[in-house]
Amino acid sequence: MEDIATRCTEIIAKSKSIPTDSITLDSTFEQLNIDSLDKINISFEVEEAFSVEIPDDALGTIRTVGDMVNGVIKLREAKVATP
Amino acid sequence: MNRVVVTGLGCVTPIGNNVETFRTSLFSASTGIAPFPPYPEAPGPTQGLRFTQTGHIKDFDPAQHLPSGTIAATDRTTQLAIVAARQAAAEAQLLQHHATDTIAIILGCACSGRQSEETETIKLYARDARVHPLTVTRTMASAGASHVSIDLGITGPVLNISTACASGTHAIGMAFHMVRSGMVSAAITGGHEAPLTFGFLRAWDSMRVVSPTQCRPFSADRDGMTLGEGSAMLVIETLESAQARNAPIYAEIIGFGMSADAHHITQPAPEGAATAMRKALADASATPEEVTYINAHGTGTQANDTTEAAAIHQLFGPRAHQIPISSTKGLHGHSIGATGAIEALATILSLKENLLPTNAGVTEIDPTLNLDIILNTPRHSPQQVAISNSLAFGGLNAVLALRHHS
Repeated sequence: MEDIATRCTEIIAKSKSIPTDSITLDSTFEQLNIDSLDKINISFEVEEAFSVEIPDDALGTIRTVGDMVNGVIKLREAKVATP
Repeated sequence: MNRVVVTGLGCVTPIGNNVETFRTSLFSASTGIAPFPPYPEAPGPTQGLRFTQTGHIKDFDPAQHLPSGTIAATDRTTQLAIVAARQAAAEAQLLQHHATDTIAIILGCACSGRQSEETETIKLYARDARVHPLTVTRTMASAGASHVSIDLGITGPVLNISTACASGTHAIGMAFHMVRSGMVSAAITGGHEAPLTFGFLRAWDSMRVVSPTQCRPFSADRDGMTLGEGSAMLVIETLESAQARNAPIYAEIIGFGMSADAHHITQPAPEGAATAMRKALADASATPEEVTYINAHGTGTQANDTTEAAAIHQLFGPRAHQIPISSTKGLHGHSIGATGAIEALATILSLKENLLPTNAGVTEIDPTLNLDIILNTPRHSPQQVAISNSLAFGGLNAVLALRHHS
């Protein structure tokens, strides 16, 4: 969980050119000024980092950094559970 | 009509990542052409190329200039454009003196985001990997112009012009006409290009027009061009606005001429080049007799240099061999859409300094050309009227006429 949160935070910080310590799990994408193109870009980087694919319908429900981290955790768990 | 002057310059080039360094290299004939760095993705130790050198930029770290988000969102060509445009805008104090909606951005770029395109294509075709979602916006030809607009907050007309090797000159010419007519009060204009991917080098290698040694324009033993990259930007505005705020003036742009050969996709025709030069001088209300320097397209290929010389003889007649001429491509290489802007920068500095740069790389001038090629040391020449030629593949010709300002 911590590693995933750290990596997601780093990806968002790099994409938005903001310090990592300005990002918390409760930060909303709106607060971080993440627009739709940023969101696509950040999601791609997260997918590449964790070898997962965020479904289109799930992408639409992500509102906070915590949402993204929890989504990645679930996708990784599902991947492990699937032989 | 307004008179148009240059009040700001910026560049990132193989011979300098700012104007001061460029100026020093230009007048000391210090070449930026060097063995190119390894291409890890290229197959085989020799990379299969007939040449080993390019005019590439040294010591450019985008992280020193741009935030990480901008770097991630842009191709190298756009990064070069932003940095050079910032330099020019800052020097001219452009944003302090012109409303942002009265400023145009007219840039030349022919190869678009080549590095991003190739990187993603390699991933896709070699590994069936996914394509990065910013590939479209990194690679569109107008990305550089758009990002300069976003970076500086400029909201006037913003265009990219793509006319192969004449893009930068066409861009400056169009911006000149827009300021002269009063359509805008000022413009950032120039060119940018970062095409030096392995695929790009192989494509040019296959055409057999790249020098296996080094670009030597107008040399009897010339054997081709040297590919390059870079960006050069000018701030231009009306003489009236520059004088009203006591802005330092580098030079005056007095005319612009264009033509098409309508002849061949690679072979140039002298009539087209001569027509563009003639039109530039007519646009400037100047006569051929007033021209005291020609910054030549001078690529170092057999075809270009012979044809350009023939065009100069056509237009200038018996005076042709008396006009000092140099090509600066032996210093910075041929950077396609940027090269005309880099050569305009060289011409503007020549006008400012009353000093004509040498034609680097020549071992012996081709006697059949019968031209006054500047060799060995820069030549002193006060009160010049200069023209700067760009003669592109596809027969697209663009010529700027410029004058010393005192």
